[in-house]
Amino acid sequence: MKISMKNRCFQSAVTLLLLPLLMIVGCVKKEGGVAGAVANVTSSNEIWLGEYGSMTGSESTFGVSTHKGILMALDEVNKTGGINGKKIQLKSYDDQGQAAEAVTIITKLITRDKVMLLLGEVASSRSIAAGAIAQQYKIPMVSPSSTNPKVTQVGDYIFRVCFIDPFQGSVMARFAINNLKLKKAAVLRDIKADYSVGLANYFVEEYKKMGGEIVADVSYSSGDVDFKSQLTLIKGKNPDVLFVPGYYTEVGLVARQTRELGVKAVLMGGDGWDSEKLTEIGSDAIIGGYFSNHYSHEDKSPVVQNFVAQFKAKYGEVPSGLAAQGYDAAMVAVDAIKRSSELSPKAIRDSLAQTKNFQGVTGMITINEERNAVKPAVVLKVAGPQKFSYVTTINP
Amino acid sequence: MLQAFLQNIINGLAQGSVYALVALGYTMVYGVLQFINFAHSDIFMLGAFSGFYLAKWLTPIVPNPLILLLATILGSMVFCVTVGLTIERIAYRPLRSAPRINVLITAIGVSLFLENLGQIIFGADPQVFPALIATKSILNTGGLVLNNIQVLVVLVSLVLMVVLHWIVHHTKLGTAMRAVSFDIEVANLMGIPTDTIIIFTFTIGSALAGAAAILYGLSYPKIEPLLGTMIGLKAFVAAVFGGIGNIMGAAVGGIVLGLAESFTVYYISSSFRDAIAFGILILILLFKPAGLFGTFRREKV
Repeated sequence: MKISMKNRCFQSAVTLLLLPLLMIVGCVKKEGGVAGAVANVTSSNEIWLGEYGSMTGSESTFGVSTHKGILMALDEVNKTGGINGKKIQLKSYDDQGQAAEAVTIITKLITRDKVMLLLGEVASSRSIAAGAIAQQYKIPMVSPSSTNPKVTQVGDYIFRVCFIDPFQGSVMARFAINNLKLKKAAVLRDIKADYSVGLANYFVEEYKKMGGEIVADVSYSSGDVDFKSQLTLIKGKNPDVLFVPGYYTEVGLVARQTRELGVKAVLMGGDGWDSEKLTEIGSDAIIGGYFSNHYSHEDKSPVVQNFVAQFKAKYGEVPSGLAAQGYDAAMVAVDAIKRSSELSPKAIRDSLAQTKNFQGVTGMITINEERNAVKPAVVLKVAGPQKFSYVTTINP
Repeated sequence: MLQAFLQNIINGLAQGSVYALVALGYTMVYGVLQFINFAHSDIFMLGAFSGFYLAKWLTPIVPNPLILLLATILGSMVFCVTVGLTIERIAYRPLRSAPRINVLITAIGVSLFLENLGQIIFGADPQVFPALIATKSILNTGGLVLNNIQVLVVLVSLVLMVVLHWIVHHTKLGTAMRAVSFDIEVANLMGIPTDTIIIFTFTIGSALAGAAAILYGLSYPKIEPLLGTMIGLKAFVAAVFGGIGNIMGAAVGGIVLGLAESFTVYYISSSFRDAIAFGILILILLFKPAGLFGTFRREKV
């Protein structure tokens, strides 16, 4: 009698524990976008691409924007007849913004869905983790916007269509010194994000090289909400520029607390600021800040304006830089598949490596020997709520 | 240097007050039931979201910011109490006579359940907590900055702690609570309705979490379904530091932890922020396992 009582208690405890786990699993399944789990054989009339990204989680706007860009690109290709009559199909999964999850689903995309090419991720740390798997199975991967140099160093099957952190960090250093004439900077970096650390390092290097002075270099960890101690330290050094190369979720709060403590420095950052949530969280405090990005929807070139008009017609919103990167990643991939001698991951990899002067929305894309894209960056100013205005273009 | 030191005290006090309010919830439940209510941090999270929706709904109706603030705090407290009592009734009371480890595991289960439910209902993307009162600088001299939100956070926390102290030490209910915490079985034999007292304990703990959540939302206006996790851990450390089960200890523990973090980040590095918090936990468990104000009670056989 006593034993069965104990058993029942144990069972109910286990059930309660398992319930949320089941819910998590349920969540993941729900996100599998495209229906039909038929084995995707190359001889069929379809070419399957795989996408993984943070559709939920604290950086969900990154994944969702990129996804929209990719979908639009593939729709366009399919409408004009696909690749040699073959339709492109996309299998996309949500990694919830977690590296471990990204590794799991990229394995699933390769081994179960048997995709030809992989698109993803935005965050460098997740691209590095998942890239290792893609390299191991020798399936080409194109990251739309992971800017950390280590991403493509994972192996010769990993590509990207964006510029890398050394360039992005140096862009803001050059902009601060050449355009704004500000020579005293403080850096507040997110030590938990490869992206942020990389950007901060290259900013510091270039800024010093150009004769600027770094008066403070402090850090926080993603997920922190209180930055007042770091900002108190920065305030004591009285910098002209505060470089915060983090993600919008923390940058918004950093901006608020910066102004609350009476720090007057100009705020600057990288493409991690690119989200409509930035001004929502940062409110008035973030207005007047500058950040580097891949493109500006205010760019007058016809390629950009055409893209913006079509995106607006499809989704009813102005495309963010990440959406444009997603679009370009998919287009570069399609271009490579078109040029590829045969439909095999190896052949597609080889033609990806030969991409030269491809006219993307985010500029002229050439893939170099390190499988990185060589292209210009733009500097944007936070001009008002959800309004980022174009300031200048900085060439490599 | 002195200004920076004072500034860190201000920053640490404001953060420590929130830790203290949440820590009180942990310590009170531990006091009467001897188990750690892991779901408490998620009640805090739900408090923040109920405040978020309530404030959005009330803002057009209530013009006076002070009344709006009070209404939001009260509303969130009521909501948290409802959730807290529901959890107690459904998940904990049926296990009252079960081994303590079962209740503990159940608490973790409830916590995970609430976090995932939160992600489904509210979405995982962070929401911006409305500014119920505009941030105004009260003091700004010689590089020292103090704003109205920081003062409000510390004041509201203080008032709530004084009220709690009064309830526990100067009312019949408080006496009963202390009796239950001293020995639940003997208290029951003496005619104290233990279930009612436990309900009151959960009520007070959850209400404090609700208030703390609004203060948190005002200070750091970015809320998401997982925000309770870290705050919960920190508050738990604060409760253990002060001596779990001891109300005064939780309050002091919270403040000390807030100050310690603030100074660590300023004088050492932000990488040590969490390390210091959990380092304190390890040290206190090694050298004074009962906590700062705790008295060691022999394990009942």
